[in-house]
Amino acid sequence: MTDSVLYSVLLLASLGIVAAVVLYVVSKKFYVYENPLIADVDEILPGANCAGCGSPGCKSFAEKLVNTEDISDMFCPVGGNEVMKQVATILGKEVAEKDPTVAVLRCQGSCEVRPKTTEFQGPRTCAISAMIYSGETDCQYGCLGDGDCVKVCKFDAMYMDETTGLPVIITDKCTSCGACVEECPRDIIEMRPRNKRDLKVFVGCLNEDKGGIAKKSCAVACIGCSKCEDICPKDAVVMVNNLAYIDPVLCTLCRKCVDVCPTHSIIETNFPPKKPKKVVEKKNVIKKEATVEPLNVKTDA
Amino acid sequence: MLKTFPKGGIHPPENKITAEKRIRRMTVPKVVYVPIAQHIGIPSEIIVEKKDKVEIGQVIAKSGGFVSSNIHSPVAGVVTKLDMIIDTSGYKKQCIVIRTDVKNESNFEEKEYPLKSQIKMAPKAILQRISDYGIVGLGGATFPSHVKLNVKEGVKLDCLLINGVECEPYLTADHRLMLEKADEIVVGIKILLVALNINKAIIGIENNKKDAIKLFKELTKNEPNIQVAVLQVKYPQGGEKQLVKAILGREVPKNGLPLDVGVIVHNVGTVFAIYEAVQYNKPLTERVVTVTGKKLENPSNFWVKIGTPITDLVEEVGGLPEGTRKLVNGGPMMGKAIKNTDVPVTKGTSGILIISEEEASRGEAKNCIRCGECVFVCPMGLEPHLLMNLTEKGFYEKASNEDIMTCIECGSCSYVCPSHRPLLDYIRFGKNIVKKLQTAKN
Repeated sequence: MTDSVLYSVLLLASLGIVAAVVLYVVSKKFYVYENPLIADVDEILPGANCAGCGSPGCKSFAEKLVNTEDISDMFCPVGGNEVMKQVATILGKEVAEKDPTVAVLRCQGSCEVRPKTTEFQGPRTCAISAMIYSGETDCQYGCLGDGDCVKVCKFDAMYMDETTGLPVIITDKCTSCGACVEECPRDIIEMRPRNKRDLKVFVGCLNEDKGGIAKKSCAVACIGCSKCEDICPKDAVVMVNNLAYIDPVLCTLCRKCVDVCPTHSIIETNFPPKKPKKVVEKKNVIKKEATVEPLNVKTDA
Repeated sequence: MLKTFPKGGIHPPENKITAEKRIRRMTVPKVVYVPIAQHIGIPSEIIVEKKDKVEIGQVIAKSGGFVSSNIHSPVAGVVTKLDMIIDTSGYKKQCIVIRTDVKNESNFEEKEYPLKSQIKMAPKAILQRISDYGIVGLGGATFPSHVKLNVKEGVKLDCLLINGVECEPYLTADHRLMLEKADEIVVGIKILLVALNINKAIIGIENNKKDAIKLFKELTKNEPNIQVAVLQVKYPQGGEKQLVKAILGREVPKNGLPLDVGVIVHNVGTVFAIYEAVQYNKPLTERVVTVTGKKLENPSNFWVKIGTPITDLVEEVGGLPEGTRKLVNGGPMMGKAIKNTDVPVTKGTSGILIISEEEASRGEAKNCIRCGECVFVCPMGLEPHLLMNLTEKGFYEKASNEDIMTCIECGSCSYVCPSHRPLLDYIRFGKNIVKKLQTAKN
């Protein structure tokens, strides 16, 4: 009885010792040197593996940061300036500073304003619809509404609004990794600077058709009237192919263009309500705000 | 035993309701919309301007490169604008809009073209004529014919196949053309034989067109160079690779062309267009279109001018019936649904199919039950269920290794799938991506 206990203890102990020796030898023999800095940098990075930086994951980005001389063109959009500053202190290299950005949806074509003219029966993904035809509405530039961007978002920062049929970006959760921008076959999602209090003014339309045709397919389409271009004091509005684009660098958020747009295709977000005095003067302004508001990018408060 | 291709294939209901209807000439449309991208390859370059007067057959857009084609005005009239119009691709594309001049008699006169069987031109001149007169493959793929016929020296070529299969259900355009223009088609084949400098041509016809088979057998009795091959009724018998395999027993290599095994395949419609171009200097400005559908008042075959809006065709057959759900450009298997009736007829439009609510429903896609039906029917020997899964999950490299690019998009897999899985939609998408990746690599 005691023998069998003793033997098994001895046997297991010797097995353990042999295994320990083998493991020790192997770990010495096949030791791979890894720069300890990589682990340090990896620690700081957000660990979301979103590929927003261009590398497949945070670990490989850390390796790239450590192994590259000049890292001024690399940036982690999720961690932002704060993380990059820490990386810079660890590595003793210069890093670029970028203004934080946020994704915005440049389409307001909800079911209400952009009627469906056809029905697509194939698989519900934007990529396949876009390959087959110009979509269920008459606008061949706008949102297809099948939510490929929502599926690709790793941060739960997007959801499909069932009433409008458009995706909604939750600004607080958006890390500006750019996955949705990449995924959208229509390129309607754009990265724009995250201003103070998240104030934004941008054209919520990409329709390049001539005014009449654009308006027919969607009530809030940019008709290329150039009124916004004329009124802009900073020349921030550019008209290309019947479509206005507001340059985020030049724009001072004065909102003059918002008031003058006849189709309300310029979106303003998070501005406090206008002074009552103005409201009395321009009745249509209130009306417009009331209709446009539900489509705005929400700040998930 | 009738000839057929060995692997896969299906036999959907034929529904050739217009097979007995003579080809009628469409009333000349008031306005034609001529897209500049009607063929595979580089779009043509517009050479007319707004307010220009054009004559029938005048070149309005010239070939934009080698793999491209001239486009001729189908009517005499005035160019009203150069506009973006939704074409069969579902997107707005550049179009030349021409208003027909109602006072110009050349629009309405119906010329008689008696059979001209003497071939006077040299091979080079024939090829030049085919290129100049904008002939493209009228079977549906619209590949410029002069490119196909341009056989480089040293390439072994011994046989010309004429595709009179028309395996698509509903469509009867080629069938009617074969019955009504049989003599011309035989001359057209002879022209091609001269141009290619070979002495063997075989016309492949499916066994459901007994009248056409009889007619061609009769006509080619004294033609030692031209034979008729009777083929089993099976879809996709008219696929180029399937046809070569069925008639000659030669296997076209994957990602290869029939020319790799010494064969060139042309559709009967193309042969007729070539006949007219060579013998009568007639550019390709009209084609036969079958307008069909079970609920239609008067489904028919028409001679239609290129650029005629489909609205006009629909009116001619008695308007859209109630409960119309889908309009398809082409046949039900390989055709493409079109967005609205303003889409113009192009060189590749072999039929317009009008489908009702019941026929249009696709059924809800359910999980794959691994029955293997799609593998069984695939004429290319692929595994559609696997290709779909790989594409869905984004494994494009693997899909490419599984030969996704050899898919001929016949749709047999989607047709038989008991779970209504959108197999072809995904495979087509995967092909697109793989093609992009391949071009990026090179």
